[in-house]
Amino acid sequence: MSGHPSTYNPSTGLEKWLDKRLPIIRFGADFMDFPTPKNLNYWWTFGGILTVCLVLQIITGVVLGMHYTPHVDYAFASVEHIMRDVNYGWLMRYLHSNGASMFFLAVYIHMFRGLYYGSYKAPREMSWILGVIIFLLMMATAFMGYVLPWGQMSYWGATVITNLFSAIPFVGESIRTLLWGGFSVDNPTLNRFFSLHYLLPFAIFGVVALHIWAFHTSGNNNPTGVDVKDVKKDTLPFHPYFTVKDGFAIVLFFILLAAFVFYNPNALGHADNYIEANPLVTPASIVPEWYFLPFYAILRAITFDLGPITAKLGGVIAMFGSIMVLFVLPWLDTSKVRSMRYRPVARLWFVLFVVACLALGWLGGKPAEGIYVMWAQIFTAYYFAFFLIILPLLGLMETPKPMPRSIAEAVTKPKPSEATTASNAVPAE
Amino acid sequence: MKHARLIALSVCTSFAAIGAADAAGGEAKDVKHHHWHFAGPLGTFDNDALQRGFQVYETVCSSCHGVELLSFRNLGQKGGPFHLDGCPAGIPDSVDCSNPNENPVVKAIAANYKFQVTDGPDEYGEMFQRAALPSDRIPSPYPNEQIARLANNNALPPDLSLITKARHHGPDYVYSLLAGYEDAPSTIEVSPGLNYNPYFHGDLSQNLKPEYLDEHGHAREGVDVPLGGLLAMAPPLSDGMIEYTDGSPQTVEQYAADVTEFLMWAAEPKMEARKSLGFVTLVYLFILAGLLYWSYRKIWSDAH
Repeated sequence: MSGHPSTYNPSTGLEKWLDKRLPIIRFGADFMDFPTPKNLNYWWTFGGILTVCLVLQIITGVVLGMHYTPHVDYAFASVEHIMRDVNYGWLMRYLHSNGASMFFLAVYIHMFRGLYYGSYKAPREMSWILGVIIFLLMMATAFMGYVLPWGQMSYWGATVITNLFSAIPFVGESIRTLLWGGFSVDNPTLNRFFSLHYLLPFAIFGVVALHIWAFHTSGNNNPTGVDVKDVKKDTLPFHPYFTVKDGFAIVLFFILLAAFVFYNPNALGHADNYIEANPLVTPASIVPEWYFLPFYAILRAITFDLGPITAKLGGVIAMFGSIMVLFVLPWLDTSKVRSMRYRPVARLWFVLFVVACLALGWLGGKPAEGIYVMWAQIFTAYYFAFFLIILPLLGLMETPKPMPRSIAEAVTKPKPSEATTASNAVPAE
Repeated sequence: MKHARLIALSVCTSFAAIGAADAAGGEAKDVKHHHWHFAGPLGTFDNDALQRGFQVYETVCSSCHGVELLSFRNLGQKGGPFHLDGCPAGIPDSVDCSNPNENPVVKAIAANYKFQVTDGPDEYGEMFQRAALPSDRIPSPYPNEQIARLANNNALPPDLSLITKARHHGPDYVYSLLAGYEDAPSTIEVSPGLNYNPYFHGDLSQNLKPEYLDEHGHAREGVDVPLGGLLAMAPPLSDGMIEYTDGSPQTVEQYAADVTEFLMWAAEPKMEARKSLGFVTLVYLFILAGLLYWSYRKIWSDAH
């Protein structure tokens, strides 16, 4: 899996026998031994955190699936059955619902980290692209999972989002009918969403394996963005150095998760989802889960027709475009310097980008009217400008700061003025 | 399964009335913040309040509102209002009163409940009514939505099993609504069968009296649309209407607070188990984090 020479020596007869037939112990040993840049900071622990999130979601989800009934007449009652009558069912459900939120929190931090340190640049384009695929699969999985409790927000969220597909010219209506399995969100929709919600996490698991394989081939990026020059001086074996560091970070992350699960389990949800779905009653406002709000804001920011493109279709294009643009990011950014630690100008634009994403998230939860729409349009414009204009031009125009010659030098010598110039929104060690 | 279907269906439809009112979208008065015994990370349910709250529910609310997700046995489970650790005097040793199905208080509540349970079919193929058992769901006042609407001037009383979680600031909202009825402001017309409540989400701009409207039907300058809304439920509580045996004040505020505490328990019966497991979990995680940090420092001490 990895590009470094294997140091595994099968010692027993059984190990030698197995190593010739299925070198699975060698695989594990090489994985644990993987040379990892010694300067990885805590922003790099989110990969491990995300793996744990995925496993936690699958385990709790499988248990919930044993007690859940995917039928419009029983789904809501079966979730309450889990909450009330299944042993530790409340724990499984709250872990699963809050776990989804934490999963997205971690993936957003992980993505911002990749953006800031240029982890998408050569030779790690495949890792980045696979990551974007994982993100898309996560969004689909989370969306369908939110429909399963069959509350008011489940039902109306599903209605709003599936209706978006009808904006696609020619095939939109057919796609929507296919998603619904009928002519409105109904029992067939709930059934297929349950089926796919169970399937997709395993697809994510597969892509995660490819994602890791890819960066085990290229080697990890690191906060300096400088390539590993000398494995001995620049790297440390993954185990025990990074297993213990990741382990510590994972436990801190669990503390955050536990604070929500045990003391505020419904804080990130919406009260309306404790009302059973009712196709005859529309909620006062239909709001997606917090982790979709930035994209919801982009969707609703397009309020004008553009030639043959209606506002609705334009919104859908903008929303999907905001993720599609990530696929081509490795070729949009023209800078040869990976880490923004040495790109003081890019760093300011990056901070503004983070602010724009947070602002879009806030605006996504506000009604789409008046001043909110205008701000959503401004931040949406900046979101796209960051990728399509700023990063391509900046790489050609800016003068980067001098970089350390090696990772070892960066670790032993004081860092360039990062600590003094970085604002609090910028990853720091 | 049949029962589950009935529950699902009626829960499904029973929120229609309030949902519609919510959708109308008007301003309501900010809820009153009550100091709840169950609030905060260490908050627990006040067992006396739960018992009084059930008394309020059974005496008043249950005439129109069901709590369909609750069974009688839930009242006697650990953390429930009538849970017993041991049996009262006079009950044979063979009875385990900590078991909700054998709990004498719960059995009596079920057997004497104001509504009976429909069971059957019997050997003649007929459905029949019988007294409830602890294992039965608490029967709702109306067998279906149509009868509920007929009995309530076409309004549908929502099921209360999850009401404190199904509203923003749920417990404070329920408490404020119950204890917050006021005389309607003089600027609005209240049609018969409706009642003004400043905490109810409605849109009163349509209810302004004609003398406060301009020629376009909008509120005149200087006329404020009052906060709140109109709902079908008449003020359900009045001072002294329920007799408490433990000497608690017999006031609307006390009744409202007690029944809200009970409904919060009904919506989240595992809250106490959750918080206490959370405490153990966090202590464990903090110790583990400390050990891992120490291990991290030790392992990395030779790394640079």
